[in-house]
Amino acid sequence: MEWDWAFVREIMPTLLDGLKITVLATVLGSALAAVVGLAFALLRRSPNRLVSRITAFLVEFIRGTPLLVQLYFLFYVLPGAGILLSPLTAGVIGLGVHYATYMAEVFRAGIDNTPRGQWEAAKACNLTAVQTWQHIILPQAIPPMIPALANYFVAMFKETPLLSAITVVELMSQARSVANFNYRYLEPMTLVGVLFLAISLIAVPALHLLERRFRRYR
Amino acid sequence: MGDWSGYIGLMLDGARVTVELTVLGCALALPVAFAAGLGRLSRFWAVRALALAYIEFFRGTSIFVQLFWAYFVLPLIGFELTPLQAGVLALGLNVGAYGAEVVRSAVQSIGREQHEACVALNLTRWQGLRHVLLPQAFVVMIPTFGNNAIELLKATSVVSLISLTDLTFQAQVVRSQTGSTAIPFLTVLVIYFALASAISFGMKTLERRMTRGLDGIRH
Repeated sequence: MEWDWAFVREIMPTLLDGLKITVLATVLGSALAAVVGLAFALLRRSPNRLVSRITAFLVEFIRGTPLLVQLYFLFYVLPGAGILLSPLTAGVIGLGVHYATYMAEVFRAGIDNTPRGQWEAAKACNLTAVQTWQHIILPQAIPPMIPALANYFVAMFKETPLLSAITVVELMSQARSVANFNYRYLEPMTLVGVLFLAISLIAVPALHLLERRFRRYR
Repeated sequence: MGDWSGYIGLMLDGARVTVELTVLGCALALPVAFAAGLGRLSRFWAVRALALAYIEFFRGTSIFVQLFWAYFVLPLIGFELTPLQAGVLALGLNVGAYGAEVVRSAVQSIGREQHEACVALNLTRWQGLRHVLLPQAFVVMIPTFGNNAIELLKATSVVSLISLTDLTFQAQVVRSQTGSTAIPFLTVLVIYFALASAISFGMKTLERRMTRGLDGIRH
């Protein structure tokens, strides 16, 4: 089968439309993952044993099961319980919660790496728990985590094609629909690969830059 | 609703396919990871470049895209693959690329004095690797390999989209036949979690056995 540049030009706008949704899902998913991940990490450290055990199990469970099945679960099961989600919303929640379990691990490591003296100093200054977290611990713990977090954002980006399985019209599903419509698979599938590779390759030096920028804080 | 035993049977069939894919995928990923990971440390420029290109390519594009490419595009250029072969190929090569970085960093994490000792003992590069560096590096690799195997298990769910009848696919079948959604998906989630826990347990056991007697040596 010959590579057809005219066909490439014809389908490119459709694919780029899909790419927009892919990027949107990644950005929203990352934001959600960061917030939920932090919540998981904090709940995991809760002095209440029940809360921390349940959180630990939940995190293990979500991390041990495939994102695809979780997406199906959100998309097919929740409507039965009366919660109707648009495909994109279900996809963003799925991505966000799945990656939150990985991010919780990063947050945990970052928090554990904050020197004990900082906790003691906060206590000596008579700060409340909320003040301690907000002004002392998190501002020191978060910058060193940024490279690791960014790594997971890139990983999440690469998992977004799964959203096509719950009918989100992102890059992969656009490619599949033009491929099925024209019965030509070579160009759409290859272009999707090329677009993903291009963005990932841009992300690699960007990650190195982040790593260098934030290492100084240690 | 009386047919639950039949549906359980379907799901167990699916679980068998999932296990098969995971085992075959790991069997491909492991040698590939060693070849590419050691290739990254080669003396020869061409070998290093080739290994790096392979690793960046398979880590840079998603498993989903690779699977579809293997299934839909390879037949066009003369490689007809069954869904199972396409699945094993894509999963193995994808996870192999991640594993390669584990192999490389584990070998590099072995102290300089071990490399120097190999030179001092006049071992060839291959002998040093085989008898001194790899046995130590392997212990470092095991926990991360365990995580990679779990990632591979999770990635197998994607093959349901190229019509392989794995666990996820069977859940969809049961859903469409019974109209029940919560039960099949919850069952499947629990089965995946059980499989992931089994891998994690197996790897911990392996690590304990491999590190037996090394307590004084490892930090």
